[in-house]
Amino acid sequence: MAAVAAQPVEPGASPPAIEVHRLVKSFGHRTALRGVDLEVAEGEFLTLFGPNGAGKTTLIRCVSSLTRPSAGTVRLRGEDLSKAATSLRRHIGLISHNPLLYGDLTAEENLRFFARMYDLADAQARIDAALQQVGLFARRRDPVRDYSRGMVQRLAIARAILHDPSIMLLDEPYTGLDLQAADMLRSVLQDLAASNRTVILTTHNLEQGLEMCDRAAILHRGKIAWQGVRTGLDLAGMKQIYRDVTRLA
Amino acid sequence: MSYLNKILAIVWKDIVAELRTKEMFSAMFVFSVLVIVIFNFAFDLRVSGERVREVAPGALWVAFAFAGILGLNRAFVMEKDRGCLEGLLLAPVDHTAIYFGKMLSTVLFMLIVEAFMLPVFTAFFGVNLFDLRLVLIIVLGTVGFAGVGTVLSAMTAQTRAREVLLPILLLPVAAPVLIAAVKATSGILDGQAMAEIARWLQLLVAFAVIFPAAAFMTFDFVVKE
Repeated sequence: MAAVAAQPVEPGASPPAIEVHRLVKSFGHRTALRGVDLEVAEGEFLTLFGPNGAGKTTLIRCVSSLTRPSAGTVRLRGEDLSKAATSLRRHIGLISHNPLLYGDLTAEENLRFFARMYDLADAQARIDAALQQVGLFARRRDPVRDYSRGMVQRLAIARAILHDPSIMLLDEPYTGLDLQAADMLRSVLQDLAASNRTVILTTHNLEQGLEMCDRAAILHRGKIAWQGVRTGLDLAGMKQIYRDVTRLA
Repeated sequence: MSYLNKILAIVWKDIVAELRTKEMFSAMFVFSVLVIVIFNFAFDLRVSGERVREVAPGALWVAFAFAGILGLNRAFVMEKDRGCLEGLLLAPVDHTAIYFGKMLSTVLFMLIVEAFMLPVFTAFFGVNLFDLRLVLIIVLGTVGFAGVGTVLSAMTAQTRAREVLLPILLLPVAAPVLIAAVKATSGILDGQAMAEIARWLQLLVAFAVIFPAAAFMTFDFVVKE
């Protein structure tokens, strides 16, 4: 399968949901991203593969506005993230290996807090719906510190979708999950993919990553080393490409 | 209103978490009682009668400052655990709202501990601290201390040696606030008129404004990579 290059946006067409241009991020002498170029169309599901240390988390952090790039630009829905970060953050949902939840608060209190931070109208209805979607409604009044890892990750999903973001960033969301929790996460991801959200999922697990994506890319040594559409690509083919790219690049 | 609502949401969240664990409050209270007890016995051996009044303000503010450092150390550690700070940074609000929310929580916790400490201090040192002017000094001193302490706490929470680093950075910077607070408290205990301690009060007001204003301008650079 041939790699696809990013296409320029035609005048009048809606801009890509995510547009990363020559993104560089250095931490002291170490450069994590070395000029990443990436476009994700609205409603597209992109899986970003890459070995440990490839720069996947740094890229997600730059796109989510948590990390300031050293050079280059990130545009979300056509707007420069560095100039409109506060308003653009309303459209971002992030699930990472950290749950971003307070252990001393209950599930309901956590979601109520984030509902206030996002100025959500009908907060209680959204909280109840999100908790029911991830199967935690019955445990909503338990402190999060009493939850298992799988339950915490499910609540992290509820937190991330509470404000109905159009862009979902999923950084290694399967990390540390047992089979049941991974199945639950997969089902929620399927719902996200079906609801026309733009999704970037990072993982080094090829099977999980290929499952739902429209397009796949490989980030290696801080650069997009390969990208291609999912159609016609099977697991064995992806494994071969991954091996070739990460060996040669 | 939205900005204020988010500041209050952070304060609400800190209060709920603290009511559930009581970790910060109990540590601050017990530590400041210990400081006062130790000072009381130490001064008892060397300082007698009326001269206690001369050392009492210093002992009081050392207890407040140490308790404040404990509270500040916890303020952002709680946010760093489980990546909660990132959850806050992702919210569609100017990051300075996080600063003001955390600062208000710290001021609130410090003031509660200080309110409990005043009768304890009065009992041990035998000086009457129940004076409305002293309340004003304590509030201003606490706001100035927490104002600079909150931004330094956010900075040091991202380091491994945060418990050690915070007091090393905070105490020199907060020294003018502590000096002004001790001098103003001494003036009250010595029975001076308000006009006589006015310059120390002015200094406290200045720092209660300057420190949060400086933090307002720099906080975004502190919390983002």
